[in-house]
Amino acid sequence: MKARFLLFGGAGVLLLFLSVGMSLSLGSAELPLTQVWGILLHKLPGIGTLITVQWPESAEQIVMKVRFPRVLLAVLVGACLSLAGAGFQGILRNPLADPYTLGVASGSAIGAATLILFGWQFSLLGQWSVPLAAFTTGLISLWLVIRLAHSQGKIHIETLILSGVVAQAFLGSIVSFLVSLSDQVVNEIVFWLMGSLAFRGWSFSVVLLPCLLLGLIILMGYGRTLNLFALGERQAAHLGVQVDRTKLVVLTVSTLLTAVAVSVSGIIGFVGLVVPHLVRLMAGPDYRLLLPMSALYGGIYVLWADTLARTLLSPTEIPLGVVTAFLGTPFFAYLLRKKQRAGKEGEA
Amino acid sequence: MIRVVDVWKSYNGKSVLQDIAFEVKPGEFFGIIGPNGSGKSTLLKLLSAVEAADRGQIWLRGKQAEAHQRKDLAAWLAVLQQEPLPSIGFSVREVVEMGRFPYQSWLGTERGDSAPLIDGILQTLGLTELQHRTLEKLSGGEKQRVGLAKVMAQEPELLLLDEPTTFLDIGYQIQLMDTVHRWQRAEQATVVAVLHDLNLASLYCDRILLLDKGRQIGVGKPGELLREDLIYEVYGIRPIILDHPFHHLPQMLLRSAKDS
Repeated sequence: MKARFLLFGGAGVLLLFLSVGMSLSLGSAELPLTQVWGILLHKLPGIGTLITVQWPESAEQIVMKVRFPRVLLAVLVGACLSLAGAGFQGILRNPLADPYTLGVASGSAIGAATLILFGWQFSLLGQWSVPLAAFTTGLISLWLVIRLAHSQGKIHIETLILSGVVAQAFLGSIVSFLVSLSDQVVNEIVFWLMGSLAFRGWSFSVVLLPCLLLGLIILMGYGRTLNLFALGERQAAHLGVQVDRTKLVVLTVSTLLTAVAVSVSGIIGFVGLVVPHLVRLMAGPDYRLLLPMSALYGGIYVLWADTLARTLLSPTEIPLGVVTAFLGTPFFAYLLRKKQRAGKEGEA
Repeated sequence: MIRVVDVWKSYNGKSVLQDIAFEVKPGEFFGIIGPNGSGKSTLLKLLSAVEAADRGQIWLRGKQAEAHQRKDLAAWLAVLQQEPLPSIGFSVREVVEMGRFPYQSWLGTERGDSAPLIDGILQTLGLTELQHRTLEKLSGGEKQRVGLAKVMAQEPELLLLDEPTTFLDIGYQIQLMDTVHRWQRAEQATVVAVLHDLNLASLYCDRILLLDKGRQIGVGKPGELLREDLIYEVYGIRPIILDHPFHHLPQMLLRSAKDS
């Protein structure tokens, strides 16, 4: 377990650094990797003075003002969504659960969209207003979806996904209605809803980072408990797990992570589905490993998705949600088939 | 050990258990039998404190069931469920180690080293060779043994078995019951088992509780309960009851209608 932690953790951190460097150098103005690293190291206290400035001022502007905030945000959003996906999957014991398929992302979007539409983004709690509104509506929609899927004390995999679809359609119609009410901000909202990390600046990372750290610490505290959950709720209870409290905490934290991500980036689907599954394939089913690695590799995944989104058709931006859906839906279909086949064998 | 006082339970207005009262003494092998829908499994859920009774009390270890902390209870009471463990990618050893959860701090550490205990249990159940395989690669009987190893790792004083032989063939059934019986003797533990098979119940149980439609028909030694009149009253059949030539316990032979 420790060896695997170091192996996948070390590889992940290395990959993350390489990806950040490459992503910073890619764009309408290509910057050499050495320049990018020079600029980054220069900004570090202590080592900064050791590095001689060998780049034009414009390069530093591009890296520090334009690309780096966006890269950081992509990593944080990806980490939040993947971690949330792993949390939902742990509690619902369902590999198809993810902030998007459960309708929690759409639910969170309602709260966020409402504030943005009425221009209340910064009222009440400053930049925490939108995430908080998103969290509230996200929790409500999660509760509704689970209530809808619940029958005779059990949640079936198909009904859960169907309930998610129902919720998404319903909540989506509310968002569309809200959007149609206002004609000034439509473009901004529509683009945000499709998922985008453009023009966000540093301030959002300030909201995301503490939430991610908090979520990571709490969820990792439940790592062993989620392992027992995988055996079934009753088995977990017999082994000494407080089932209801675990469900409440993990679902709430996962919803919080979803809400903060959505309030920054809009709806980015399937990240929480693809990443934990890939991590599970590589590192095994142990949640003590799965949770932190999902966060790490989720960051890398969304970073690359966003890099594709901004460079592929540059100067035109592809919405990030489009990229992740394009990559994620085939994966979703594959998992669904696999689950069906497993279900049939189980019956026979 | 266990004291059940006038317990009633119903689901959605439908009564499942009515006025159940009995005691289980330390070191006993106690059986719960009865036809389908007689409330056996519900009674076991109440005894394991995952559900609460509507009326009446269940005393476990001198305390009411609801008053126990889940984790403290798990270090004292273990449950072997009827359903085989789901295949979730963990290895045999990892699953057995999950039985140590009640003894671990929130960081996952234990006061002593549990590795020798786990090794011993794997050895006893013949799982040593399989310990690094994942559950996916095991047969039904092997999985049931892993389940048993996991509850043994809990080191409980009281073990509840919920129809543990349901998915096993006759060879594995006897093997499982023998293993549980040996373990019980060695650990001086108490066992409460819901059993379908009356002959198995007669062979292994010191005392038996017979349930029918949620009512308690009687509690007593196998010889007192496996009587033709009681079996007819509860199951609606008239079996031939013989004395086991070796164990001197009642065993039933079924009678079919085809030659009468």
